[in-house]
Amino acid sequence: MSKFGLITKGLLKENPTFVLVLGMCPTLATTTSAMNGLEMGLATMFVLILSNIVISLIAPVVPDKVHIPVYIVVIATFVTLLQLLMQAYTPDVYETLGLFIPLIVVNCIVLGRAEAFASKNSVGDSALDGIGIGIGFTLTLTVIGMVREILGSGSIFGWKFIPGDGILAFVMAPGAFLVLGYLMVLFNKLAKR
Amino acid sequence: MAAKSNLKNMVLSLTLVCLVCSALLGGVYALTAEPIRQAEEAKVAASIARVLPPFEAQPQLESVLVDDEAYSYYRVPGAGYAVLSTVVGFGGPLSLMVGIDENGIVVNTVVLSHSETPGLGAKCTTDELFIDQFQGWNPAEKKLSVIKDGGDVDAITASTITSRAYAKAIDNAVKVYSKLTENE
Amino acid sequence: MEFILIIVSAIFVNNIVLAQFLGVCPFMGVSNKLSTATGMSGAVCFVITLATVVTYLINQYFLEPLGLRFLQTIAFILVIAALVQIVEIVLKKISQSLYQALGIFLPLITTNCAVLGVAINVVTKEFTFGGAPHVLNLGEATVYALATSLGYGLAMILFAGLREQMSRNNVPEAFKGLPIAFITVGIMAMAFLGFSGIV
Repeated sequence: MSKFGLITKGLLKENPTFVLVLGMCPTLATTTSAMNGLEMGLATMFVLILSNIVISLIAPVVPDKVHIPVYIVVIATFVTLLQLLMQAYTPDVYETLGLFIPLIVVNCIVLGRAEAFASKNSVGDSALDGIGIGIGFTLTLTVIGMVREILGSGSIFGWKFIPGDGILAFVMAPGAFLVLGYLMVLFNKLAKR
Repeated sequence: MAAKSNLKNMVLSLTLVCLVCSALLGGVYALTAEPIRQAEEAKVAASIARVLPPFEAQPQLESVLVDDEAYSYYRVPGAGYAVLSTVVGFGGPLSLMVGIDENGIVVNTVVLSHSETPGLGAKCTTDELFIDQFQGWNPAEKKLSVIKDGGDVDAITASTITSRAYAKAIDNAVKVYSKLTENE
Repeated sequence: MEFILIIVSAIFVNNIVLAQFLGVCPFMGVSNKLSTATGMSGAVCFVITLATVVTYLINQYFLEPLGLRFLQTIAFILVIAALVQIVEIVLKKISQSLYQALGIFLPLITTNCAVLGVAINVVTKEFTFGGAPHVLNLGEATVYALATSLGYGLAMILFAGLREQMSRNNVPEAFKGLPIAFITVGIMAMAFLGFSGIV
């Protein structure tokens, strides 16, 4: 796959949410607004790129039987790094995303890409893979967040264009599932063409 | 491809990875400890600034026992007290910081955290009519409970439970103030 | 009395999947057959409860006293990974059929956000059961973890029943499979919203 292909595959062909169906939990929980979705996507991409790089570097020397725990430790290290950095420099975002930052450790996308791609490819390609899937994930989360924010709060990225409350169900639990379901239908229809 | 999976290699690689990662994290932790502390202090300072009149002194964090419950508060000489009050709301804990000046008047309140229902109880952070009624509230003259319960607090429409909790939180803070000043 | 509050809250009011969005991936993956859903619920229940107790103890007696709170994420996930390994080995010995039925999903319990999520919540969040908001003690934490996993099982079994039914009906092409599943869960979540405020 070309370098360009690696970066863009996360958008359509290997979209982590609609095609690979990975990382559902943060997708549903943090998309209450476009900004939150964007922030979560970027945070995940940070961990994804770094862990892809390191894992592709150490994969040749890690014995097969312990590779899962080793990868997990590496990923957890980068997640903790992210936690510390966010607590220090972006405390508001840290509070908004809350529990879901440490949960990046068990985000199937990160471990999944490590297993499926990083452990078998070069460092450069793994980094690009991280960027590609990361961009796809971030964009998807932002779009879902935008839809939920427009319908649920009548605003986009915090700019309210409908006074008062929207259809609140969309910023609460049911809305997440419903929006995801319908967007999946849309994606399938468009992607099939 | 990967190294052989004998016991020595497995233990070695796992231990090595854990050591390197712990060292890396320990280092970053040490580096970020100060910025994290500062970020937290800035947040607290911002909250105190919202609930008390402008001040110059350094807020002192102290604690006091009222009715067997420990309450934390910030003593700000020249401005008053910023009391941290947490109660049970509708969907979870409701945490407020209540600013009481040296005459016992509630200056302002700010919500630190809550789990209230969006569009209903969550309005306790945005509904200006509700929040502003507590500015300059004199607890000696007005009762801190909702009108439905015989008090003077105008509740948020359809969010009586959250409003009750909010009023209770302020009431608790006033009790703390009374305890602190009873010997003066 | 307080334990009843914890149980009702964890199963209905703050259902781990329908309200907290934890454990969604395996939830969608295992729920198309009622039998697998039941087996998975049991395994998850066991892992969540055991993991919560172990991580709680490690946090209280090791991480906190030594000021190592920032190592929580790593320590917890390693404990969970180890526990799942143990469950796998034990299950292989006790019930080969269940082991086969669960297949790939068993090791995947390690990456089930519900397990790590509950473990972290229990040591960081303040709960309002029985009085002023406080961080749970070990007994409350164990009941909470147990009840949470029961809620997970309940949601999964209900959902599996619905999905089996749906597979016999006429679903529009674009909706088939996951989309209609998500929409169904959304409606379930709406129903469970009705429980809020009970506790």
